[in-house]
Amino acid sequence: MVDIISAKSLGSNDIKIEGAVGEPFCDDAKMSMRNVDVFYGDNQAIHDISFDLEKNQVTALIGPSGCGKSTFLRCLNRMNDLIPICNVKGSLQLDGEEIYGKQMDPVLLRARVGMVFQKPNPFPKSIYENVAYGPKIHGLATDKAELDEIVETSLIKAGLFNEVKDRLDSPGTGLSGGQQQRLCIARTIAVSPEVILMDEPASALDPIATAVIEELIHELKEKYTIAIVTHSMQQAARVSQKTAYFHLGQLVEMGDTKQIFTNPSHELTENYISGRFG
Amino acid sequence: MTTANLVFIVMLIALASYWLGIQRSIKVAGGKQQVKHLVSLPSQYGLLTAFWCGIPAILFLLLWSAIESSVIDAFLIDQVILSADGQVQQNMGLVVNNVKLLAEKITLSEDLSAATELQLQNAQFYILLNEKATLLKTLLTLVIAVGCVSSILAKIKHSFHARNNLERIVSGLLFTCSGIALLTTIGIVMSVLFESIAFFSQVPVTEFLFGTQWSPQIAMRADQVGGSGAFGAIPLFVGTILISTIAMCLAIPVGLMIAIYLSQYATKRIRSIAKPMLEVLAGVPTVVYGFFAALTVAPIIRDFGLLIDLPIAAESALAAGLVMGVMIIPFVSSLSEDAMTAVPVALKEGSLGMGATQSETVKKVILPAAIPGIVGAILLAVSRAIGETMIVVMAAGLAANLTFNPIESVTTVTVQIVSLLKGDQEFDSAKTLAAFALGMMLFITTLALNIAALKIVRKYREQYD
Repeated sequence: MVDIISAKSLGSNDIKIEGAVGEPFCDDAKMSMRNVDVFYGDNQAIHDISFDLEKNQVTALIGPSGCGKSTFLRCLNRMNDLIPICNVKGSLQLDGEEIYGKQMDPVLLRARVGMVFQKPNPFPKSIYENVAYGPKIHGLATDKAELDEIVETSLIKAGLFNEVKDRLDSPGTGLSGGQQQRLCIARTIAVSPEVILMDEPASALDPIATAVIEELIHELKEKYTIAIVTHSMQQAARVSQKTAYFHLGQLVEMGDTKQIFTNPSHELTENYISGRFG
Repeated sequence: MTTANLVFIVMLIALASYWLGIQRSIKVAGGKQQVKHLVSLPSQYGLLTAFWCGIPAILFLLLWSAIESSVIDAFLIDQVILSADGQVQQNMGLVVNNVKLLAEKITLSEDLSAATELQLQNAQFYILLNEKATLLKTLLTLVIAVGCVSSILAKIKHSFHARNNLERIVSGLLFTCSGIALLTTIGIVMSVLFESIAFFSQVPVTEFLFGTQWSPQIAMRADQVGGSGAFGAIPLFVGTILISTIAMCLAIPVGLMIAIYLSQYATKRIRSIAKPMLEVLAGVPTVVYGFFAALTVAPIIRDFGLLIDLPIAAESALAAGLVMGVMIIPFVSSLSEDAMTAVPVALKEGSLGMGATQSETVKKVILPAAIPGIVGAILLAVSRAIGETMIVVMAAGLAANLTFNPIESVTTVTVQIVSLLKGDQEFDSAKTLAAFALGMMLFITTLALNIAALKIVRKYREQYD
């Protein structure tokens, strides 16, 4: 346990949090991470994090800015490979396969572990082409009819179909922010991933669009395993079953969302969720 | 006093008035401690005073210099008419010039024995006129400078907004500078236009635009062999198009690949080496490219042609076009690279995050998003290729063949302009004037290309993000 004084000294990187509390592991794990360290050059961003993503559950990653949530999320589908100075150590597994192993092709991995970004980033193409992009490059459809069907079901699953069915040929960038983000989700679903990573998917949206996205996440977990980074604790409480609290690149506490928000066992977690800092 | 000396003196007065303005503003404020109560800074009052002294005086000087000689001439002509009999009026210009020459001789105290009494009298009058004019110019300039300074010094008060006035003067100066660029363009267009009109009065426009024969000779004598010139510009434009096409066929693919590599694949280290190297390529003078084309590339191409039993001219469009392509590569690559780097990272990540490979991402997301910038780059490169002269002069020759065959010798519009205008020329012959007509055609073509490039870039800009 850390005393309240050192908890207040946010920004200093010298506090060492002794082992995560709560229940970071589960029996039915889709992804399991053990002793993960991430370095940017000489700077260590993630310190010895271990936990599981439970299958068909939504896991929320919360914590103050700069605590490493997004960095960690981006390790899960090797998006950090794009940053040359980024170095990942430890074991990250998807269904028992080592993500950073020699056998793993990052391109195929990203098809299995999809990602939705903070800012909606539809391609400057039509709505149809945006959704058909993934299936086309992965050869998921043999003919036009099949592709049409994939696009339609993906849009239906993302709850966008009824709004855009008459203008599938108009540019995706012409949609509203919330619609764009659902288009990005449809695009991700279209390649039938197993895991969806969401990096603050609603932070650029208004409350109504946010509610639609949250409802969507709720439905998506039936088919997919979801990890979501969020700054909104209400959102974490609403959409997730499991919550992990990060602090200064370390995992402080993880457990059932209900328990974390009603009865946190770590002082740092309690301070954060009660709004005393962060 | 000469104009240059006067300008120098006005500058000195301006410098002094800068200091005066500062002192005056401090005095108005009531001492250095009180300066903060002024609406503007003392240095701004100083600058304003200096500008107000310098600008009107120098403007006056410019105006005076522009009209001085014609006014003096008018006075001189009056004097000559008064003092002479009727016969002089026939060649007034000659008489006036003689008087001026004589005046010069007098000032240089040379031998005057050849001059008549009347001429000497006129020359003396001319010298007197000039002296008066210079005196008047000096006095007026100084009066204007000093007058402006004192009036502005009197204006400096607590509430006088030197800051705003200064801002207006600065914006006026900037406007003048942009006006210079605009006026130069208009001047160039005019000079080319008038000569072209003169050309078209001798050669019909249709013959120039649609004629397929180019041999710009004009007969000196009526019976001269091969003396009748032909001014059909088609072979030249075909040659220009042929060489530019060869150049673009090399420059567009290579330039684009370089841009893709540098913006998407290259590590920082490679980029830090490769970019300066490309800039070196852009910095090579075109003359150097020219003899590289003529002495290195053309023989290689000819030898290669011999190997496969293909007779290639020593001066071929191919050699010139290829070297021109190399020259243009940096234009295409650096502008396209900028366009690709400007594509938001979010789009790239979105594509990679779907499991697309790097090359799929480039092909399907980055290139389409960067297309306006790339098209702009290509069109600018085309303008450059069309306007290029030295490489073609050296490597492609002067023979105006109407052919699309790249291994033959062709010539381009710019090369013909050079060959028409080099040496001494008579400006009433169609041969010389043809250069201006060609220049105007070239100007119109590149202008149209540049406008198209700007339109395309503007139309598709910011489609993403």
